[in-house]
Amino acid sequence: MPLNWFRYSSPATFYPLAGRMIPWFYGAAALLTVIGLYIGLVAAPTDFQQGDAYRIIFIHVPAAWLSMFLYVVMACWSALALGFNTRLSAMMAQAIAPTGAVMTFIALWTGAFWGRPTWGTYWAWDARMTSELILLFLYLGIIALRNAIDDPRRADRACGVLALTGVVNIPIIYFSVHWWNTLHQGSSVSLTKAPAMAAIMLTGMLIMSFAAWFYSIAASLSRVRTIMVDRERGAAWVGELKEVRNA
Amino acid sequence: MSIVSATATAPVHGPADAVWPAVCWAVGRDLTLALRSRAELGVQLLFYVIVASLFPLATTPERNLLATMGPGVLWVAALLASLLSLPRLFAGDHADGTLEQIALSPYPLVALVSGKIVAHWLTTGLPVVLFAPLLGLQYALDGEALTVLTAALLIGTPILSLLGAIGAALTLGLRASGSLLALLILPLYVPVLIFGAGAVEAARSGLGAGANLSLLGAGLLVALVGAPFAAAAAVRIALD
Repeated sequence: MPLNWFRYSSPATFYPLAGRMIPWFYGAAALLTVIGLYIGLVAAPTDFQQGDAYRIIFIHVPAAWLSMFLYVVMACWSALALGFNTRLSAMMAQAIAPTGAVMTFIALWTGAFWGRPTWGTYWAWDARMTSELILLFLYLGIIALRNAIDDPRRADRACGVLALTGVVNIPIIYFSVHWWNTLHQGSSVSLTKAPAMAAIMLTGMLIMSFAAWFYSIAASLSRVRTIMVDRERGAAWVGELKEVRNA
Repeated sequence: MSIVSATATAPVHGPADAVWPAVCWAVGRDLTLALRSRAELGVQLLFYVIVASLFPLATTPERNLLATMGPGVLWVAALLASLLSLPRLFAGDHADGTLEQIALSPYPLVALVSGKIVAHWLTTGLPVVLFAPLLGLQYALDGEALTVLTAALLIGTPILSLLGAIGAALTLGLRASGSLLALLILPLYVPVLIFGAGAVEAARSGLGAGANLSLLGAGLLVALVGAPFAAAAAVRIALD
Protein backbone atom coordinates (compact mmCIF):
# COMPACT_ATOMS: atom_id res chain seq x y z
CA MET A 1 0.00 0.00 0.00
CA PRO A 2 1.54 3.37 -0.94
CA LEU A 3 2.05 5.54 2.08
CA ASN A 4 0.22 8.85 1.93
CA TRP A 5 2.56 11.33 3.63
CA PHE A 6 -0.02 14.06 3.58
CA ARG A 7 -2.85 12.14 5.18
CA TYR A 8 -2.31 13.79 8.56
CA SER A 9 -1.47 17.25 7.24
CA SER A 10 -5.15 18.18 7.35
CA PRO A 11 -6.62 19.36 10.64
CA ALA A 12 -9.65 17.09 10.17
CA THR A 13 -7.51 13.93 10.22
CA PHE A 14 -4.82 15.19 12.58
CA TYR A 15 -7.25 16.27 15.29
CA PRO A 16 -8.32 12.71 16.27
CA LEU A 17 -4.77 11.38 15.84
CA ALA A 18 -3.43 14.06 18.19
CA GLY A 19 -6.21 13.21 20.62
CA ARG A 20 -5.13 9.56 20.67
CA MET A 21 -1.43 10.45 21.07
CA ILE A 22 -1.76 12.97 23.89
CA PRO A 23 -2.53 10.48 26.74
CA TRP A 24 0.43 8.32 25.75
CA PHE A 25 2.85 11.23 25.80
CA TYR A 26 1.47 12.61 29.06
CA GLY A 27 1.64 9.11 30.54
CA ALA A 28 5.22 8.57 29.40
CA ALA A 29 6.18 12.01 30.70
CA ALA A 30 4.62 11.29 34.11
CA LEU A 31 6.26 7.85 34.38
CA LEU A 32 9.69 9.16 33.39
CA THR A 33 9.33 12.12 35.77
CA VAL A 34 8.70 9.74 38.67
CA ILE A 35 11.68 7.56 37.74
CA GLY A 36 13.90 10.54 37.00
CA LEU A 37 13.02 12.36 40.19
CA TYR A 38 13.56 9.20 42.22
CA ILE A 39 17.03 8.82 40.72
CA GLY A 40 17.73 12.54 41.06
CA LEU A 41 16.44 13.15 44.56
CA VAL A 42 16.91 9.77 46.25
CA ALA A 43 19.30 7.48 44.42
CA ALA A 44 21.92 9.99 43.27
CA PRO A 45 24.56 10.77 45.92
CA THR A 46 25.17 14.23 47.30
CA ASP A 47 27.79 16.14 45.35
CA PHE A 48 30.97 16.62 47.35
CA GLN A 49 31.44 20.20 46.13
CA GLN A 50 27.96 21.62 45.67
CA GLY A 51 26.07 19.63 48.28
CA ASP A 52 22.42 18.98 47.55
CA ALA A 53 22.03 22.23 45.61
CA TYR A 54 23.22 20.52 42.44
CA ARG A 55 20.02 18.43 42.34
CA ILE A 56 18.22 21.26 40.59
CA ILE A 57 20.06 20.27 37.41
CA PHE A 58 17.51 17.48 37.02
CA ILE A 59 14.97 20.20 36.22
CA HIS A 60 17.28 22.93 34.98
CA VAL A 61 19.24 21.12 32.29
CA PRO A 62 16.24 19.43 30.60
CA ALA A 63 14.39 22.76 30.56
CA ALA A 64 17.39 24.54 29.05
CA TRP A 65 17.84 21.87 26.38
CA LEU A 66 14.16 21.91 25.52
CA SER A 67 14.04 25.71 25.37
CA MET A 68 16.60 25.73 22.56
CA PHE A 69 15.36 22.58 20.85
CA LEU A 70 11.75 23.82 20.78
CA TYR A 71 12.79 27.06 19.10
CA VAL A 72 14.43 25.09 16.30
CA VAL A 73 11.37 22.82 16.01
CA MET A 74 9.11 25.88 15.89
CA ALA A 75 11.30 27.44 13.19
CA CYS A 76 11.15 24.20 11.17
CA TRP A 77 7.34 24.18 11.29
CA SER A 78 7.38 27.87 10.34
CA ALA A 79 9.63 27.13 7.36
CA LEU A 80 7.29 24.35 6.26
CA ALA A 81 4.32 26.67 6.64
CA LEU A 82 5.98 29.44 4.63
CA GLY A 83 7.35 27.11 1.99
CA PHE A 84 4.36 24.87 1.38
CA ASN A 85 1.62 27.15 2.69
CA THR A 86 0.32 24.36 4.92
CA ARG A 87 -2.13 25.39 7.60
CA LEU A 88 -1.28 22.72 10.12
CA SER A 89 2.46 23.51 10.15
CA ALA A 90 1.72 27.10 11.13
CA MET A 91 -0.65 25.91 13.85
CA MET A 92 2.09 23.63 15.20
CA ALA A 93 4.51 26.56 15.28
CA GLN A 94 1.91 28.62 17.13
CA ALA A 95 1.29 25.79 19.60
CA ILE A 96 4.97 25.23 20.40
CA ALA A 97 5.83 28.87 21.20
CA PRO A 98 4.24 29.07 24.70
CA THR A 99 5.75 25.74 25.77
CA GLY A 100 9.15 26.94 24.59
CA ALA A 101 8.76 30.19 26.48
CA VAL A 102 7.79 28.30 29.65
CA MET A 103 10.83 26.01 29.33
CA THR A 104 13.08 29.05 28.88
CA PHE A 105 11.57 30.68 31.95
CA ILE A 106 11.99 27.50 34.02
CA ALA A 107 15.62 27.23 32.94
CA LEU A 108 16.29 30.84 33.97
CA TRP A 109 14.39 30.58 37.25
CA THR A 110 15.95 27.31 38.40
CA GLY A 111 19.33 28.62 37.26
CA ALA A 112 18.91 31.61 39.55
CA PHE A 113 18.00 29.34 42.46
CA TRP A 114 21.00 27.16 41.79
CA GLY A 115 23.27 30.18 41.44
CA ARG A 116 22.36 31.65 44.82
CA PRO A 117 23.88 28.87 47.01
CA THR A 118 26.59 27.90 44.51
CA TRP A 119 27.82 31.20 43.11
CA GLY A 120 26.44 33.43 45.85
CA THR A 121 24.28 35.39 43.42
CA TYR A 122 20.91 34.97 41.74
CA TRP A 123 22.04 36.50 38.49
CA ALA A 124 25.38 36.85 36.74
CA TRP A 125 25.98 38.06 33.23
CA ASP A 126 27.20 34.64 32.24
CA ALA A 127 27.14 33.81 28.53
CA ARG A 128 24.62 31.00 28.81
CA MET A 129 22.28 32.92 31.11
CA THR A 130 22.40 36.02 28.94
CA SER A 131 21.68 34.15 25.73
CA GLU A 132 18.89 32.23 27.46
CA LEU A 133 17.39 35.57 28.52
CA ILE A 134 17.54 36.81 24.95
CA LEU A 135 15.94 33.56 23.82
CA LEU A 136 13.07 34.30 26.20
CA PHE A 137 12.69 37.74 24.59
CA LEU A 138 12.60 36.10 21.15
CA TYR A 139 9.82 33.73 22.27
CA LEU A 140 7.86 36.59 23.85
CA GLY A 141 8.30 38.66 20.69
CA ILE A 142 6.79 35.90 18.57
CA ILE A 143 3.87 35.43 20.97
CA ALA A 144 3.28 39.20 21.13
CA LEU A 145 3.38 39.54 17.34
CA ARG A 146 0.88 36.69 17.08
CA ASN A 147 -1.46 38.42 19.52
CA ALA A 148 -1.20 41.77 17.75
CA ILE A 149 -2.40 40.43 14.38
CA ASP A 150 -6.09 39.64 14.07
CA ASP A 151 -5.97 37.70 10.82
CA PRO A 152 -4.56 34.26 11.71
CA ARG A 153 -3.16 33.63 8.22
CA ARG A 154 -1.22 36.88 8.27
CA ALA A 155 -0.09 36.13 11.82
CA ASP A 156 1.15 32.69 10.68
CA ARG A 157 3.35 34.10 7.98
CA ALA A 158 4.56 37.12 9.97
CA CYS A 159 5.54 34.88 12.91
CA GLY A 160 7.17 32.49 10.44
CA VAL A 161 9.39 35.22 9.02
CA LEU A 162 10.24 36.35 12.55
CA ALA A 163 11.00 32.81 13.76
CA LEU A 164 13.30 32.17 10.80
CA THR A 165 15.07 35.50 11.31
CA GLY A 166 15.50 34.52 14.94
CA VAL A 167 16.85 31.06 14.20
CA VAL A 168 19.53 32.54 11.93
CA ASN A 169 20.39 34.97 14.71
CA ILE A 170 20.51 32.56 17.63
CA PRO A 171 24.01 31.19 16.93
CA ILE A 172 25.26 34.73 16.26
CA ILE A 173 23.72 35.95 19.52
CA TYR A 174 25.13 32.98 21.40
CA PHE A 175 28.69 33.49 20.17
CA SER A 176 28.59 37.25 20.56
CA VAL A 177 27.46 36.91 24.16
CA HIS A 178 30.01 34.17 24.75
CA TRP A 179 32.93 36.26 23.50
CA TRP A 180 31.69 39.33 25.28
CA ASN A 181 31.55 37.29 28.47
CA THR A 182 35.07 35.89 28.11
CA LEU A 183 36.36 39.45 27.81
CA HIS A 184 34.47 40.62 30.88
CA GLN A 185 34.77 37.55 33.06
CA GLY A 186 33.88 38.54 36.60
CA SER A 187 35.94 37.27 39.50
CA SER A 188 33.23 36.04 41.87
CA VAL A 189 31.73 33.48 39.54
CA SER A 190 33.58 30.41 38.38
CA LEU A 191 32.16 28.89 35.25
CA THR A 192 34.36 25.84 35.04
CA LYS A 193 32.28 22.80 34.32
CA ALA A 194 31.46 20.49 37.17
CA PRO A 195 33.88 17.56 37.37
CA ALA A 196 32.91 14.61 35.22
CA MET A 197 29.43 13.70 36.23
CA ALA A 198 28.68 10.42 37.96
CA ALA A 199 26.87 7.94 35.72
CA ILE A 200 23.78 7.87 37.91
CA MET A 201 23.43 11.65 37.77
CA LEU A 202 23.72 11.56 34.00
CA THR A 203 21.09 8.82 33.81
CA GLY A 204 18.69 10.83 35.94
CA MET A 205 19.25 13.91 33.82
CA LEU A 206 18.67 12.05 30.56
CA ILE A 207 15.49 10.46 31.88
CA MET A 208 14.24 13.86 33.02
CA SER A 209 15.10 15.27 29.58
CA PHE A 210 12.94 12.66 27.92
CA ALA A 211 10.18 13.43 30.42
CA ALA A 212 10.39 17.14 29.57
CA TRP A 213 10.45 16.31 25.87
CA PHE A 214 7.36 14.09 26.04
CA TYR A 215 5.60 16.67 28.18
CA SER A 216 6.36 19.34 25.56
CA ILE A 217 4.97 17.13 22.80
CA ALA A 218 1.81 16.42 24.77
CA ALA A 219 1.31 20.06 25.75
CA SER A 220 1.90 21.28 22.18
CA LEU A 221 -0.50 18.71 20.79
CA SER A 222 -3.19 19.69 23.29
CA ARG A 223 -2.71 23.31 22.36
CA VAL A 224 -2.74 22.61 18.63
CA ARG A 225 -6.05 20.78 19.03
CA THR A 226 -7.56 23.88 20.61
CA ILE A 227 -6.10 26.05 17.87
CA MET A 228 -7.49 23.74 15.18
CA VAL A 229 -11.01 23.84 16.59
CA ASP A 230 -10.80 27.59 17.12
CA ARG A 231 -9.59 28.37 13.60
CA GLU A 232 -11.77 25.86 11.77
CA ARG A 233 -14.90 26.42 13.83
CA GLY A 234 -16.88 27.00 10.64
CA ALA A 235 -15.78 23.72 9.09
CA ALA A 236 -18.06 20.71 8.93
CA TRP A 237 -15.66 18.33 10.68
CA VAL A 238 -15.58 20.53 13.78
CA GLY A 239 -19.38 20.56 13.96
CA GLU A 240 -19.40 16.76 13.87
CA LEU A 241 -16.99 16.39 16.81
CA LYS A 242 -18.52 14.70 19.82
CA GLU A 243 -17.09 17.24 22.27
CA VAL A 244 -18.37 20.16 20.16
CA ARG A 245 -21.89 18.75 19.77
CA ASN A 246 -22.22 18.01 23.47
CA ALA A 247 -20.91 21.40 24.52
CA MET B 1 -0.49 37.62 -3.21
CA SER B 2 -0.85 35.49 -6.30
CA ILE B 3 -1.64 38.47 -8.52
CA VAL B 4 1.32 40.39 -7.21
CA SER B 5 3.82 37.62 -7.75
CA ALA B 6 2.38 36.88 -11.19
CA THR B 7 2.92 40.44 -12.39
CA ALA B 8 6.32 40.63 -10.75
CA THR B 9 7.66 37.50 -12.42
CA ALA B 10 5.87 37.54 -15.77
CA PRO B 11 8.19 39.65 -18.00
CA VAL B 12 11.39 37.74 -18.69
CA HIS B 13 13.53 40.62 -19.98
CA GLY B 14 11.53 43.48 -18.61
CA PRO B 15 11.50 45.60 -15.45
CA ALA B 16 11.80 42.44 -13.34
CA ASP B 17 15.50 42.31 -14.24
CA ALA B 18 16.06 46.00 -13.65
CA VAL B 19 17.44 45.76 -10.15
CA TRP B 20 19.73 48.79 -10.06
CA PRO B 21 17.29 51.28 -11.56
CA ALA B 22 14.74 50.12 -9.00
CA VAL B 23 17.20 50.53 -6.11
CA CYS B 24 18.25 53.97 -7.34
CA TRP B 25 14.66 55.07 -7.84
CA ALA B 26 13.69 54.02 -4.30
CA VAL B 27 16.77 55.68 -2.79
CA GLY B 28 16.12 58.90 -4.68
CA ARG B 29 12.46 59.02 -3.82
CA ASP B 30 12.91 58.36 -0.10
CA LEU B 31 15.82 60.79 0.13
CA THR B 32 13.72 63.51 -1.52
CA LEU B 33 10.85 62.82 0.87
CA ALA B 34 13.15 62.85 3.89
CA LEU B 35 14.89 66.07 2.86
CA ARG B 36 11.51 67.78 2.48
CA SER B 37 10.80 67.14 6.16
CA ARG B 38 14.17 68.10 7.57
CA ALA B 39 12.66 69.05 10.92
CA GLU B 40 11.70 65.43 11.50
CA LEU B 41 15.24 64.29 10.80
CA GLY B 42 16.57 66.96 13.13
CA VAL B 43 14.30 65.81 15.94
CA GLN B 44 15.54 62.24 15.59
CA LEU B 45 19.14 63.37 15.73
CA LEU B 46 18.35 65.49 18.78
CA PHE B 47 16.84 62.45 20.46
CA TYR B 48 20.17 60.66 20.02
CA VAL B 49 22.08 63.63 21.42
CA ILE B 50 19.77 64.03 24.40
CA VAL B 51 19.79 60.34 25.37
CA ALA B 52 23.58 60.38 25.22
CA SER B 53 23.66 63.52 27.38
CA LEU B 54 21.42 62.08 30.08
CA PHE B 55 23.75 59.31 31.24
CA PRO B 56 26.46 61.47 32.82
CA LEU B 57 23.72 63.29 34.73
CA ALA B 58 22.28 59.99 35.94
CA THR B 59 25.61 58.48 36.95
CA THR B 60 28.75 60.52 37.40
CA PRO B 61 30.81 63.15 35.57
CA GLU B 62 33.99 61.32 36.63
CA ARG B 63 36.14 61.11 33.48
CA ASN B 64 37.48 57.57 33.87
CA LEU B 65 34.03 56.11 34.42
CA LEU B 66 32.61 58.15 31.54
CA ALA B 67 35.30 56.86 29.21
CA THR B 68 34.51 53.30 30.33
CA MET B 69 30.79 53.45 29.72
CA GLY B 70 30.79 56.03 26.94
CA PRO B 71 31.01 53.63 23.98
CA GLY B 72 28.22 51.47 25.39
CA VAL B 73 25.99 54.44 26.09
CA LEU B 74 26.52 55.87 22.61
CA TRP B 75 25.74 52.48 21.07
CA VAL B 76 22.56 52.09 23.12
CA ALA B 77 21.54 55.60 22.10
CA ALA B 78 22.22 54.69 18.44
CA LEU B 79 20.06 51.56 18.84
CA LEU B 80 17.21 53.55 20.33
CA ALA B 81 17.49 56.28 17.70
CA SER B 82 17.34 53.62 14.99
CA LEU B 83 14.33 52.00 16.67
CA LEU B 84 12.55 55.33 16.91
CA SER B 85 13.05 56.08 13.22
CA LEU B 86 12.03 52.65 11.92
CA PRO B 87 8.27 53.31 11.61
CA ARG B 88 9.13 56.01 9.03
CA LEU B 89 10.52 53.33 6.75
CA PHE B 90 7.19 51.86 5.63
CA ALA B 91 4.35 53.25 7.76
CA GLY B 92 3.81 56.47 5.81
CA ASP B 93 3.75 54.68 2.48
CA HIS B 94 1.52 52.01 3.95
CA ALA B 95 -1.01 54.53 5.26
CA ASP B 96 -1.51 56.36 1.94
CA GLY B 97 -1.44 53.25 -0.25
CA THR B 98 1.91 53.97 -1.91
CA LEU B 99 3.41 50.80 -0.52
CA GLU B 100 0.73 48.77 -2.26
CA GLN B 101 1.53 50.46 -5.57
CA ILE B 102 5.23 49.81 -4.98
CA ALA B 103 4.52 46.12 -4.39
CA LEU B 104 2.32 45.97 -7.50
CA SER B 105 4.98 47.51 -9.74
CA PRO B 106 6.78 45.14 -12.12
CA TYR B 107 10.13 46.00 -10.56
CA PRO B 108 11.46 43.47 -8.05
CA LEU B 109 10.15 44.31 -4.59
CA VAL B 110 13.44 43.25 -3.00
CA ALA B 111 15.26 45.95 -4.97
CA LEU B 112 12.71 48.60 -4.04
CA VAL B 113 12.83 47.62 -0.37
CA SER B 114 16.65 47.63 -0.49
CA GLY B 115 16.55 51.16 -1.86
CA LYS B 116 14.26 52.24 0.96
CA ILE B 117 16.63 50.70 3.50
CA VAL B 118 19.61 52.50 1.97
CA ALA B 119 17.75 55.81 2.10
CA HIS B 120 16.73 55.11 5.70
CA TRP B 121 20.34 54.55 6.68
CA LEU B 122 21.53 57.66 4.84
CA THR B 123 18.98 59.84 6.64
CA THR B 124 19.06 58.28 10.12
CA GLY B 125 22.16 56.09 10.49
CA LEU B 126 24.72 58.33 8.84
CA PRO B 127 23.91 61.40 11.00
CA VAL B 128 24.36 59.22 14.08
CA VAL B 129 27.79 58.17 12.80
CA LEU B 130 28.78 61.75 12.02
CA PHE B 131 27.71 63.01 15.45
CA ALA B 132 29.44 60.20 17.34
CA PRO B 133 32.91 61.84 17.55
CA LEU B 134 31.35 64.96 19.05
CA LEU B 135 29.41 63.01 21.66
CA GLY B 136 32.43 60.80 22.28
CA LEU B 137 34.38 63.91 23.30
CA GLN B 138 31.75 64.53 25.98
CA TYR B 139 32.56 61.07 27.28
CA ALA B 140 36.29 61.82 27.49
CA LEU B 141 37.21 59.35 24.75
CA ASP B 142 40.62 59.91 23.22
CA GLY B 143 41.57 60.02 19.55
CA GLU B 144 41.96 56.31 18.87
CA ALA B 145 38.78 55.36 20.70
CA LEU B 146 36.88 58.05 18.80
CA THR B 147 38.14 56.72 15.48
CA VAL B 148 37.22 53.15 16.35
CA LEU B 149 33.80 54.21 17.67
CA THR B 150 33.03 56.05 14.45
CA ALA B 151 34.27 53.18 12.30
CA ALA B 152 32.22 50.66 14.30
CA LEU B 153 29.10 52.81 13.99
CA LEU B 154 29.75 53.20 10.28
CA ILE B 155 29.75 49.41 9.84
CA GLY B 156 27.11 48.67 12.46
CA THR B 157 24.32 51.17 11.82
CA PRO B 158 23.52 49.74 8.35
CA ILE B 159 22.89 46.39 10.09
CA LEU B 160 20.43 48.17 12.37
CA SER B 161 18.55 49.56 9.36
CA LEU B 162 18.57 46.18 7.59
CA LEU B 163 17.33 44.14 10.56
CA GLY B 164 14.97 46.90 11.58
CA ALA B 165 13.32 46.88 8.16
CA ILE B 166 12.14 43.31 8.81
CA GLY B 167 10.54 44.34 12.09
CA ALA B 168 9.09 47.53 10.64
CA ALA B 169 7.43 45.57 7.84
CA LEU B 170 6.14 42.86 10.18
CA THR B 171 4.47 45.37 12.48
CA LEU B 172 2.86 47.48 9.75
CA GLY B 173 -0.59 48.64 10.77
CA LEU B 174 -0.69 46.73 14.06
CA ARG B 175 -1.90 47.89 17.45
CA ALA B 176 0.88 49.33 19.65
CA SER B 177 3.30 48.67 16.83
CA GLY B 178 5.99 50.89 18.35
CA SER B 179 6.55 48.93 21.53
CA LEU B 180 5.99 45.65 19.67
CA LEU B 181 8.74 46.67 17.27
CA ALA B 182 11.09 47.19 20.22
CA LEU B 183 10.32 43.72 21.56
CA LEU B 184 10.89 42.11 18.16
CA ILE B 185 14.00 43.97 17.08
CA LEU B 186 16.07 44.85 20.15
CA PRO B 187 17.00 41.20 20.91
CA LEU B 188 18.21 40.86 17.32
CA TYR B 189 20.35 43.99 17.76
CA VAL B 190 22.30 42.40 20.63
CA PRO B 191 25.26 41.11 18.57
CA VAL B 192 25.68 44.50 16.87
CA LEU B 193 25.70 46.18 20.27
CA ILE B 194 28.23 43.73 21.69
CA PHE B 195 30.66 43.85 18.78
CA GLY B 196 30.23 47.59 18.27
CA ALA B 197 30.80 48.61 21.86
CA GLY B 198 33.34 45.81 22.22
CA ALA B 199 35.46 47.27 19.41
CA VAL B 200 35.97 50.51 21.34
CA GLU B 201 36.52 48.63 24.57
CA ALA B 202 39.15 46.42 22.91
CA ALA B 203 40.90 49.43 21.38
CA ARG B 204 40.99 51.18 24.76
CA SER B 205 42.42 48.15 26.54
CA GLY B 206 45.11 47.70 23.89
CA LEU B 207 43.74 44.49 22.37
CA GLY B 208 43.07 46.12 19.02
CA ALA B 209 39.63 46.58 17.49
CA GLY B 210 40.32 44.44 14.41
CA ALA B 211 38.47 41.32 15.51
CA ASN B 212 35.32 43.16 16.55
CA LEU B 213 35.27 45.31 13.43
CA SER B 214 35.75 42.22 11.26
CA LEU B 215 32.84 40.49 12.98
CA LEU B 216 30.69 43.58 12.49
CA GLY B 217 31.67 43.57 8.82
CA ALA B 218 30.75 39.90 8.52
CA GLY B 219 27.41 40.66 10.16
CA LEU B 220 26.84 43.47 7.69
CA LEU B 221 27.49 41.13 4.75
CA VAL B 222 25.10 38.49 6.11
CA ALA B 223 22.44 41.12 6.78
CA LEU B 224 22.92 42.61 3.31
CA VAL B 225 22.31 39.23 1.71
CA GLY B 226 19.40 38.08 3.85
CA ALA B 227 17.53 41.01 5.35
CA PRO B 228 16.16 42.64 2.16
CA PHE B 229 14.52 39.35 1.17
CA ALA B 230 12.98 38.87 4.61
CA ALA B 231 11.82 42.50 4.65
CA ALA B 232 10.27 42.18 1.18
CA ALA B 233 8.48 38.99 2.26
CA ALA B 234 7.23 40.79 5.35
CA VAL B 235 5.96 43.69 3.23
CA ARG B 236 3.98 41.27 1.08
CA ILE B 237 2.55 39.64 4.19
CA ALA B 238 1.50 43.01 5.56
CA LEU B 239 -0.23 43.96 2.31
CA ASP B 240 -2.33 40.81 1.97
